[in-house]
Amino acid sequence: MTEKSSISPQTFRLQGVSCAGCVRKIESALGEVPGVDDARVNLGDKTLVVEGSATTQACIAAVASAGYGAEAVQVNARVLRAQQREEEQAHYRQLLWRSGIALGLGVPLMIWGLVTGEMGVHNIAQQVAWGSVGLLTLAVLVFCGGHFFTGAWRAFRHHSATMDTLVALGTGTAWLFSMLVVLLPHVLPESARHVYFEASAMIIGLINLGQALEVRARGRTSAAVEKLLQLQDPNARVIRDGEEMDIPFDQVIVGDKLRVRPGEKIPVDGRVVEGESLVDESMLTGEPLPVKKTGGDALTAGTLNKNGSLVFAAEKVGADTRLAQIIQMVKNAQSSRVPIARLADTISSIFVPSVMIIAVVAALVWYNWGPDPKIAHMLVVLTSVLIIACPCALGLATPMSVMVGVGKGAENGVLVRNGKALQQATDLDTLVVDKTGTLTEGAPKLTDIECDGDADALLQQLASLESRSEHPLAEAVVSAAREKQLSLSDVQGFEAITAHGVRAEVDGKTVLLGNRKLMQREGIDPGKWTEKAEALAEQGRTAMYAAVDGAMAGIIAVADPIREDAHAAVARLKKLGLRIEMLTGDNRATAEAVARQLGIDHVHADLLPEDKEKIVADLQKNHAKVGMAGDGINDAPALARADVGFAIGAGTDVAIESADVTLMRSSLHGVADAVELSRATLRNIKQNLFGAFIYNTLGIPIAAGVLYPITGMLLSPVIAGAAMAFSSVTVVSNANRLRFFKPSQNGGTA
Amino acid sequence: MMESVVINVLGLAAIVLTVWWFWLASKGSRQPAAGVDEALQILVKDGVYEPDRIRIAAGKATVLKFRREDASPCAEWVLFPDLEISAQLAVDQVTEVQLPAADVGEYPFHCQMQMYRGTLIVE
Repeated sequence: MTEKSSISPQTFRLQGVSCAGCVRKIESALGEVPGVDDARVNLGDKTLVVEGSATTQACIAAVASAGYGAEAVQVNARVLRAQQREEEQAHYRQLLWRSGIALGLGVPLMIWGLVTGEMGVHNIAQQVAWGSVGLLTLAVLVFCGGHFFTGAWRAFRHHSATMDTLVALGTGTAWLFSMLVVLLPHVLPESARHVYFEASAMIIGLINLGQALEVRARGRTSAAVEKLLQLQDPNARVIRDGEEMDIPFDQVIVGDKLRVRPGEKIPVDGRVVEGESLVDESMLTGEPLPVKKTGGDALTAGTLNKNGSLVFAAEKVGADTRLAQIIQMVKNAQSSRVPIARLADTISSIFVPSVMIIAVVAALVWYNWGPDPKIAHMLVVLTSVLIIACPCALGLATPMSVMVGVGKGAENGVLVRNGKALQQATDLDTLVVDKTGTLTEGAPKLTDIECDGDADALLQQLASLESRSEHPLAEAVVSAAREKQLSLSDVQGFEAITAHGVRAEVDGKTVLLGNRKLMQREGIDPGKWTEKAEALAEQGRTAMYAAVDGAMAGIIAVADPIREDAHAAVARLKKLGLRIEMLTGDNRATAEAVARQLGIDHVHADLLPEDKEKIVADLQKNHAKVGMAGDGINDAPALARADVGFAIGAGTDVAIESADVTLMRSSLHGVADAVELSRATLRNIKQNLFGAFIYNTLGIPIAAGVLYPITGMLLSPVIAGAAMAFSSVTVVSNANRLRFFKPSQNGGTA
Repeated sequence: MMESVVINVLGLAAIVLTVWWFWLASKGSRQPAAGVDEALQILVKDGVYEPDRIRIAAGKATVLKFRREDASPCAEWVLFPDLEISAQLAVDQVTEVQLPAADVGEYPFHCQMQMYRGTLIVE
């Protein structure tokens, strides 16, 4: 249990509360708990909200002492997010205020310096005037930049140095030097009696402004998670003790019966117990057509009930719902590291102390070997180098792009497990695809029926016969008859002849269905049908001969149809430079027929499940970067072995747990989307890293004065401050450009 | 002349102190690691995790409680890269971070920008 002492209200779910008397007892029991400012019981939804600093356990103990039960309700992600947004807004406004005040002092001072050139201290009047300005600047440093100094001090105590260290050192040095000029001008040479209060105030103002803009821009990087959170309906209508009531969705418990009316979102995962309706699942699966739900069907939180009223039983609530798992996965992936960032990470860890050393060395060089005024030049160089160096730009370069890229993936139905998978997906050169369920529908269907007489009559007889069979292909024949609303007849003397086919009496006639061997065994000449059967087999279909009362009646063919979009998806993947290899347990003829139709050149047929992993490993031995697309359950070992495993299958729990990339949509287009997205994200990361490296490797020498021989000027610390403040904003803004990413061919997701 | 000596000595001293304090002393004078118990909260404030060295038992899942008091975006996430765990920390709230059972060793944790840094010691 959380031993939480928090300023935000805590919510508890109560047990055993039934009347106003209970409410009074509980509220008065809590009134005696130290730290409780207010306690309110809501009898309707049996909850208790406690405000104040009391611990969770103390509150629960107080409720228990009153004779009732209480259980802490965790703040849900949506509420947390809203709180976060409010905090961010408050922080944004605070930064703007600080910036405004600091610039309010710094800008007039800078204009004064530019217009009059009078920034020196040469008499008592100037000492008094600049002394007053110095005190005002100190107030600005404390009020607007105090957090830099406290941060720097705490970090220093922990042997650590951060951006705060650089800002505090830079502005602090400029202020201290200026105060030295004001108080003891005679200890400095005439040419060095120059104050830099405007630099201190301007730098603090600009960095606060930069941080405010960064807060703003960063808020947009998490738009994807917010969209997912918006899918969660905050309320649920539960039926308890025969009464319907609206309660917050996080108070629903497993087994609760809930009602969803037309137009409402499903609040938790569950199973329909009453009613019938169409449910729009496009937001989670990408399937554009609503799915019919009736008794026993599963419902997923976040999906939309379209037209009927449903009562369903809650099976998964809170963090266990698929939506919650998806949100958690996206959040985890968004904050994960990408291998490419390793160099930036290493540099970041030694960056600030290195910059401090460079600043001191540069200052000493200017003091010992620079032109006059040496002390003034030394100070300007020291401050500018400290201020211009930006560890933030380096540190933000990768995480911001990953944050936006992973979020964008989620919006397109591509759930990336972590940054490593995102990076590896960019280098893939081979994609191994499982045929059944990925390239094909995964459920065989009757594709052809050819006969000399009435096709429906033959289908009725064959379906009646197959209704007794357990062969996987039999289901296809029976389904076809049902679709045509043919009623099946009674079957007598059913016999399954292993490796041949089936035989039975249907409506008094002997009906046979099987392969050519069955016909030979029964002494029936297939005649012209042999040629037709072979033609169907070449198209990847399984043809079967049908005979009635000892004479050939026709042939039927069953096939696992190729997915509608498979051809386009394969073409798209090839265009992305991927070599496609097909894996299947089916026979070679069927496999090759499917491969031919899809334009796949490499086929591995007649495979056992364990062979798939071996093929992936063999390809890797030949230095191929292998992606594997499968359904996430049967292909788990091969998915795990591949450099990137793409689980296709509408995000089953197993897939979400195990795959590098989970595709919410059952389409190979998702793999192409993922590859395109990962390449776009990596490109963005590289731009950011390049920008941050170049900024620092050019900025620091310029601030140190390498351009002085050409320009005859040193970089002003104010310009250095502006450059630093806006370098990190640039990185975040560039990452935000990824929000406009669109897959080259959108296969139909939202 | 005197001024020159003083400034150069001060400059060199600043370099030596920087190297010593941030790179050498930080390895030598580590504070003792704090053990995890019900009451332990890791304060996230002003660029520092406090305590920044946390001791947990090997082979056992653990919950760490982070209390973030810094509203700046730097402090928003805590990452345990070796354990593939990360968490978004709410401002002025305690956020529980579930860590899986880990082998003996030292695991760094930090914010996204690696300004906040800490070490998880699994023993």
